[in-house]
Amino acid sequence: MSQYLIAVLNGPDTRSRPAAEMSEIIAAVDGVNAKAMDAGIFVFAGGLHEQSATTTVDPRSGKAEISDGPYLESKEYIGGFWIIEVADLDAALEFSREAALACREVLEVRPFMQEPPRGA
Amino acid sequence: MSGYDAGVPVSSHSEISAERRELSARLAELHRSEWPQLVATLARRFRSLDIAEEAASEAFLAAIEHWHGGLPPNPGGWLMTTANRRAIDRLRRDSGREQKYAAALVIGSRGVTTDMHQDEPNDAEPDGPVSDDRLRLMFTCCHPALAREAQVALTLRMVGGLTVEQIARGLLKSEAAVAQRITRAKAKIEAAGIPYRIPEEGDLAERVDAVLAVLYLVFNEGYLPGGERELRPELSGEAIRISRLLCELMPATGEAQGLLALMLMTEARRPSRISSDGELVVLADQDRGAWNGALIAEGHAIVLELIAGGSAPGRYQLQAAINAVHTYARDIRDTDWSQLSILYDQLYAINPSPVVALNRAIVTAELDGPVVALADIDRLELEDYHAWHAARADLLRRLGRSADARAAYEQAIVRAVNPAEIRFLKRRQAGLAG
Repeated sequence: MSQYLIAVLNGPDTRSRPAAEMSEIIAAVDGVNAKAMDAGIFVFAGGLHEQSATTTVDPRSGKAEISDGPYLESKEYIGGFWIIEVADLDAALEFSREAALACREVLEVRPFMQEPPRGA
Repeated sequence: MSGYDAGVPVSSHSEISAERRELSARLAELHRSEWPQLVATLARRFRSLDIAEEAASEAFLAAIEHWHGGLPPNPGGWLMTTANRRAIDRLRRDSGREQKYAAALVIGSRGVTTDMHQDEPNDAEPDGPVSDDRLRLMFTCCHPALAREAQVALTLRMVGGLTVEQIARGLLKSEAAVAQRITRAKAKIEAAGIPYRIPEEGDLAERVDAVLAVLYLVFNEGYLPGGERELRPELSGEAIRISRLLCELMPATGEAQGLLALMLMTEARRPSRISSDGELVVLADQDRGAWNGALIAEGHAIVLELIAGGSAPGRYQLQAAINAVHTYARDIRDTDWSQLSILYDQLYAINPSPVVALNRAIVTAELDGPVVALADIDRLELEDYHAWHAARADLLRRLGRSADARAAYEQAIVRAVNPAEIRFLKRRQAGLAG
């Protein structure tokens, strides 16, 4: 079994969706989550506050400096994510297709590196 | 292994070289027939395309070294056994792969022999018939999570058994670029967990389409290449060979049959497609007597079978039917343009692309005349496509509008990449009146 991060890419229009559309999306995403939990593949999921709530910590000067706002300036940014545990990429993509249609956002699917066995 | 060296007869020099020629011909034949099965089986056993590719290559090198005294009774089995041992050896060497080594040993203990003297490996596998391995391999190489260029290079290397050098020559890329593309693709397959299996029913049609798209791309790369050479028949031949394999493995897939028929009837026209001066010869001017009758007959038989099957044809089946109409006519004047028009309408209905519309307009020119066809063509947004300009130029030429035709040929020449086609366009342009 492998774990995959499924990152939800939000764009400029994401936060200006009408309330009716938002509630449809929330219901659809709840459905996807419930199905993943039933299938035993759900590890974690969460939505993030908007970009303006970000704080950056930068160690490059030698002391970790704290500043307001995101480090990467881009129109698209991670708005939330899932972590699922499935057999292979096909299973991860099957979930991700449903998830993308539910949240109506572009998703990026990325494998976690395999952890060495615990206690080894 | 020394068993194969024993009993080499003392022979004269010329006998030895004849034997060597015989051996290398046999090895080339075995490479074509056994390579996909070797890589496919090893990839499943060891869950790594990298190990599979390396072990299969090493098995053939070992065969060159050890078969001078004659071929073993079961060469395919010998290659499989040798490759399997090489793969296990690599895992033993490679300390970073302890888990895979353990898995391989489990498989080994279940009956895969590592005895080089035994020609018949025990191939009892729990998951399905052995031939499915090659299908799994194709689907893995053409997985949608890989870029199209990576799919092409991987398919040619893993299924076709072409060397990196051969692929680089075929695709007009540097060897380093092709090698890197393959290495990256293998790394992604491993890291992302692209599975090694036949897709499930729901995804199957879409995934078969991806395999067919790769094969058609390879075929066309050989048939209408850019760059120095007019034709690169080895790539087209390879695409046909893999398509035959796909049809054998998935006989009920109409689109795979359609693609094979399309390739066969296109390939059949190769001998008359380039003149002795290295110029492209358009369909109307081709010497139909030089077409390969056997390939055409095979293509026609597949098309007839597909029509008898009665299921709704996809794009490759329709293109095959279009090619059947063209190759059925013994002379361009015998061409059944009405039938072609119907087929292009059907093709456009399922694939409404401007390129299909362009080809349909060329048929329209024969049925309704160049004025109607030119109006159709001018509506298409294909200004970057050389064939759009070439089609316009031809219609303008037929309408006697020489100045417009000359300009259109110029546009086509600037955009064309195939040297034979450029020569043809230049001659047509030079032959314009006034």
